[in-house]
Amino acid sequence: MSTMKGAEILVKSLLKENVEHVFGYPGGVVIPLLDQLHRESKIRFILTRHEQGAAHAADGYARATGRVGVCIATSGPGATNLVTGIATAYMDSIPMVAITGQVKSTLIGNDAFQEADIVGITRSITKHNYLVRNVEDLARTVKEAFYIASTGRPGPVLIDLPVDVQFATAEFKYPASVDIKGYKPTYKGHIKQIEKIAEVIKKSKRPVLYVGGGVILSGASEELSKLAHKTEIPVTMTMMGLGAFPGNDPLSLGMLGMHGTAYANHAVQSADLLIAVGARFDDRVTGRLDTFAPNATVVHIDIDPSSVSKNVEVHIPVVGDAKDVLRELTRLAEKPDVEAWHQKIKEWKKELPLGYKDSGELKPQYIIEQIQDVTKDKDVIICTEVGQNQMWSTQFYKFLKPRTWISSGGLGTMGFGLPAAIGAQLGKPESIVFDIAGDGSIQMNIQEMATAVIERLPVKIMILNNGYLGMVRQWQELFYERRYAFTVLAEDVHNYCPDFVKLAESYGARGIRVTKKDDVRNAVKEAVKTEGPVIVEFMISREENVFPMVPAGESISNMLHGLA
Amino acid sequence: MAKFVLSVLVENKFGVLARVSGLFSARGFNISSLAVGETEDPEVSRMTIVVEADAKILDQVKKQLNKLIDVIKVQDLTGEDLIARELVIIKISAANTKNRESIIKIAETTGADVADVGKKTITIEETGDEHKINALVELLRPYGVVEMVRTGKVALQSE
Repeated sequence: MSTMKGAEILVKSLLKENVEHVFGYPGGVVIPLLDQLHRESKIRFILTRHEQGAAHAADGYARATGRVGVCIATSGPGATNLVTGIATAYMDSIPMVAITGQVKSTLIGNDAFQEADIVGITRSITKHNYLVRNVEDLARTVKEAFYIASTGRPGPVLIDLPVDVQFATAEFKYPASVDIKGYKPTYKGHIKQIEKIAEVIKKSKRPVLYVGGGVILSGASEELSKLAHKTEIPVTMTMMGLGAFPGNDPLSLGMLGMHGTAYANHAVQSADLLIAVGARFDDRVTGRLDTFAPNATVVHIDIDPSSVSKNVEVHIPVVGDAKDVLRELTRLAEKPDVEAWHQKIKEWKKELPLGYKDSGELKPQYIIEQIQDVTKDKDVIICTEVGQNQMWSTQFYKFLKPRTWISSGGLGTMGFGLPAAIGAQLGKPESIVFDIAGDGSIQMNIQEMATAVIERLPVKIMILNNGYLGMVRQWQELFYERRYAFTVLAEDVHNYCPDFVKLAESYGARGIRVTKKDDVRNAVKEAVKTEGPVIVEFMISREENVFPMVPAGESISNMLHGLA
Repeated sequence: MAKFVLSVLVENKFGVLARVSGLFSARGFNISSLAVGETEDPEVSRMTIVVEADAKILDQVKKQLNKLIDVIKVQDLTGEDLIARELVIIKISAANTKNRESIIKIAETTGADVADVGKKTITIEETGDEHKINALVELLRPYGVVEMVRTGKVALQSE
């Protein structure tokens, strides 16, 4: 049997996992690995301009395609630069394998040049991680890493690979299967529990389905739709769940929680049955816990047992895969008597719709509506940064399909959108990929413009420029007597910095500036028509707020309505 | 908050203790004691963890432990018939001859071992359940404890 070097074993293992795209950045101790990748034509290596960009791009790729995203960085600073990206993927349960170079085995622990204990650093933000000390373990480790990342509740896995292990030789035997004693995810829900849900559905008068990112990860949108339509139970989605159920379906209540729709929050607060599927009762969803869904029997369907009864006491838990459980439940469930409930919801929708004042100024909500309207016949993926840009997108874009909405939920990572859009565009070359951004967060990974231009990934970057760190400014306006401490990015409209049009041009991309409402549609059309990456800078009304809003820590019944 | 005894089977691998202790610190769970050692299977270690928690937190502790890939099994031994042991080594000030005799007497009566006799100190060693160890420590304390070390609890379910 012939032997090969560790670097080659790793690349061969990636091929076995059908990896086609890898995002990364070189450095001293990954030269052997990158040298090997360079010689492998079946894998395209995307050179980002920062390791954080590589991690987010791998994440965006995974969210858009459902495949495992892969990123590579060198030891020390390369590895620590991945940390935010790994934590982002961890909080949103995104399958990712991060590979880091490590200093020579014999130097580990000696404070060697570019040494960081990345396995220690990432222990609490990975689903699992490995330091490969022996080349004989390498193939099995890669196999396990992809298996762990992509099964059960998905998540990032890190493999730390010392440079000498990349040189050491072993036989290449890729294991056919994985057997990890301590890791056996439960996919099939307990039938007795599912029967109990069917029972409570039958008796319910005010049921609500509350669905999260787990439905998208599980590929259970169709099953969800069947259940909702069979039982006529209205559906509200978490931010991570947007796209799991069509936002234009009459049964859709849109998003719930801090910036959710008034009718979703009222429905949850009035519900007598709340069926959570692949959602985790996050504080941005529940608000003050002891006032959340006070009258509801709570059902929780989740693949992760540790999510069940973590925040909210659950009356009927089912541990299993959303797809499997929803299919069974649809078979057993009957439509309850919900006519009065639908009537009530209709009233709320009429009384308290989402909206904004059309003052003639350039409004971000209008821009987002136009982005959807102009591209309505096309396949579109919306990525966002974090802040007002993100919340307006959740409210004014109606997501119709899963994996068309890519945004950092749990960690709320500014700077996520552009690299994620790059990853998404690579995974879905036929789709039109937007990054809806703020002028603050876009600057956190603006260097990835170079990646987009050079790799010919025509992402459309829509900057809602208000010269503020808008979401924090909004909190300061509402709760800190308008003291805008360190959230002012530009004193006035004549001093905006940078000039994003010139910045786009300096990267060899197209830049368009829009100052008037009348120019919005044309600018979006132009952006879509342009072959390469485009930045469209919208000079929006500066102190526009996101409403409704539930102040942090309050009951979701207590919404601030800006329009009232 | 009550104390609960968990017996956790884990892979006998590099870094597993850090994963478990890191989990407790990251999630704000309280460990009263933790003892770890090999089992009959050299690839598997057993951790006996005494946790201070209420029922809800205990439920999370167990679930979060189970979620760790290197954790094979989590057993809650609370309320079960247990064989639970701790070890104490306690060094008592014994420069005074009269005290020396009393200390040795206490050891003999309680069944503890005299591990070392020096010019200024006597060292007593005892294995037993928590109450037995506590009682011995209290008996010896008046003589002046110079140094003391206690292991965490180790436990198995009795048949």
